[in-house]
Parts: sequence; C-alpha cells; structure tokens
Amino acid sequence: MSLYHVQKLLYQLNRDEVIRAQFTNDMDSVLAGYDLTEEELTAIRAPDIGLLYVLGVNGQLLMHYAALKKFEWDDYLQAMRDGVAEHGPVRDGIYAMVGE
Amino acid sequence: MPLVFAGACSHAPGITGRADRADPVLRDGLYEGFDRMRRAIEESGAEALVVIGAEHFANFFMNNMPAFCIGMGETYTGPIEDEAWLGIKRTQIPGTPDLSRRLITNIMNEIDVAYAEEWQFDHGIMVPLHFLTPRYDMPVIPVNINCQGPPLAPLHRAWKFGKALRVACDAAPEKIAIVGAGGISHWPATPDSGKINEEWDRQFLDRFINNRRRELLSYTDEETYRDAGQGGFEIRTFIAVAGATEGATGEVLFYAPIPIFAVGCTVATMNVI
Repeated sequence: MSLYHVQKLLYQLNRDEVIRAQFTNDMDSVLAGYDLTEEELTAIRAPDIGLLYVLGVNGQLLMHYAALKKFEWDDYLQAMRDGVAEHGPVRDGIYAMVGE
Repeated sequence: MPLVFAGACSHAPGITGRADRADPVLRDGLYEGFDRMRRAIEESGAEALVVIGAEHFANFFMNNMPAFCIGMGETYTGPIEDEAWLGIKRTQIPGTPDLSRRLITNIMNEIDVAYAEEWQFDHGIMVPLHFLTPRYDMPVIPVNINCQGPPLAPLHRAWKFGKALRVACDAAPEKIAIVGAGGISHWPATPDSGKINEEWDRQFLDRFINNRRRELLSYTDEETYRDAGQGGFEIRTFIAVAGATEGATGEVLFYAPIPIFAVGCTVATMNVI
C-alpha cells in the first residue's frame, strides 16, 4: 500500500496543468513516476473513486480527481458510498483515524 | 497602526460552486453576512488583508508540510481549482511582500513560520476574497495553518500564532485586517458531506465571540474528529483570530447549517481593542 504516492499523484494532477495534460494523453507515462500497487493503478485507471476513498485518499484531493473525470457532485458522493459497500471500511489515512 | 479589523468566516467551495442548489433564503442571508463583513473591512480603512486559511493540498503536501506558512509574494493567483467547479474566475491577487516580510520577521520572535513567494489560492482563500474584496484590489497576505495532514499544530500554538500576528500587525504602520477562513463542524468531500453538528458549532461560536481561551483550547483532535469531522480541524483558523483579539468580544453576523454547502456557514467579527 502506498497511499502517499496515490495522494501525491492526485496533488500533482490537481495543481499542474502540464502533468494533467500528459495524464490525459498518456496516462501510463505519468503513472510510471509513482510507486503504486496494482490495486492502486486499477483504481486510478478505472477510475474507481469508491476504491480510492477506501484506500484512504483524502477527499480534498479525491473530489478534484472525480471532477477531472467528469463526476457530478452527487455522483462523486455516491461513488464513495458505493466503494465502502463494495470494498469495506476505509483502510488508511485520516478517515481511518477512529475507524468507520 | 494597530490592527483595524478581525473576523472569521466560512470558505467552503459549495458557497460559490453549488450556490444554485441552496435554500435561497439561507444562501442570501449568508451572502449578506459576507457583505456586512466587506463593508466593515472597507470602513476600517484597512490597507492589507491577512487571510488565515486552511488550504487543501493546493500548495502544501506531505512531502514538506509547514505547520504555519505566510505568503511573501508580489502577486498570487487563484483559484487553482476548475473555474466552473468553484464558480469563481481565475485572477491575479496583489500581494505586499514588504509588509509580509516585516510581519514574518516579527512573528518569528515567537513562532517558527515558513514563508512562500509563490502561492496558488484554492477555495480556502478565494471564496472569502470573492465576497470581501470582489475587485481583488486590496493587497492580501495569505497564511496557512496545516489543518489537513496530521500531525497538526496543537490549538494552543494556533492561539500563540494569532497573538504573535497581532503584535506584528500592531508594530506596522499600515492598517491591517485579519480574517480567519475555515469551517467549524463539517465532513467535507466525504460520504458524510452535508452533515453538520449545529449544537457543537453554536457552542464553539459562543466560545469564540466571548474569547474564552481555556474552552477554545480544550478540544482534543480526537474529540473534534468525532463530533465535528475532519473539517473541524479548521477551528485553528478561528482560534488564531481569537489569539489575535485576546480579551475582546465579538458578534456572529450569520450562522446557519447549509448542507449543500457542506458546512455550518458562518460570518463573525471581533471587536478589535
């Protein structure tokens, strides 16, 4: 599990339009720069917003990735709820602070 | 000149980005509260506005996370977010690097702060500026208190930071306004978005406007997370303002839970003494 790298990728995508453009045109070339597990790569590529939430990604990063992937606000919230239903409680990060 | 204005307000992105989905009576009441704050800042004669924000991984990340950071740029840009998503057009905001440098130098007598000559404002600063300096013509000094990535500065350090900021402002010839921009209880950007603990908020605001130091500093992060969500960590922005106005009282100009804005929306001012 490399939550730090997942979150760093989303941080860079959110703040750097050059990386964002590269990610859109050639996702794998961007992903190669981060130490990510197969599960994380799958969640990012799909994108599986619910799984990213369960993996522990902070919503302040995740909501912008969801918007980049054209999720409307209500769909973003529902995707996280669906993720918990499918994958179980949040495993890491700030939302695992006191458990689910 | 001494500090000429102090207040605190919400910064949630839904306030501008999802404005059309809110109860219009509550939304317009909030906007009127912001407008009262804007007029009070203008009437104070403030020449610069210090916004004590709690940004959300726009400039600071866990690779190098300062507990406290102050901007020292000639200009800033914002919002970093998609313009349509936030409902605010991207623009340049003037800084005042000479004043920033003097404030930072003075504050460092008490608190070790980082500084930044580049800063892309996210909603944490842009939403307040959208209402308080809508022409973006007042020099702004951004301050960030890390409220997102623990470990976080303890509350008593946020208070002490506010006190040090006050001393620094009072030593400057410029008239300075400060605004804390953060949420009270909220669970932003999570499946619980829209949940608001109104009772907790009202108790916190009562402590804030009556400047009850001991009670304001009594919250543990575990209690705050349980009762006020992860967004509750942003009370550090209010507590810094309370430290800067130690001994004063204030007034809540507006408070109402607005779920689609995902926070108990607040506008409050402190009497600067």
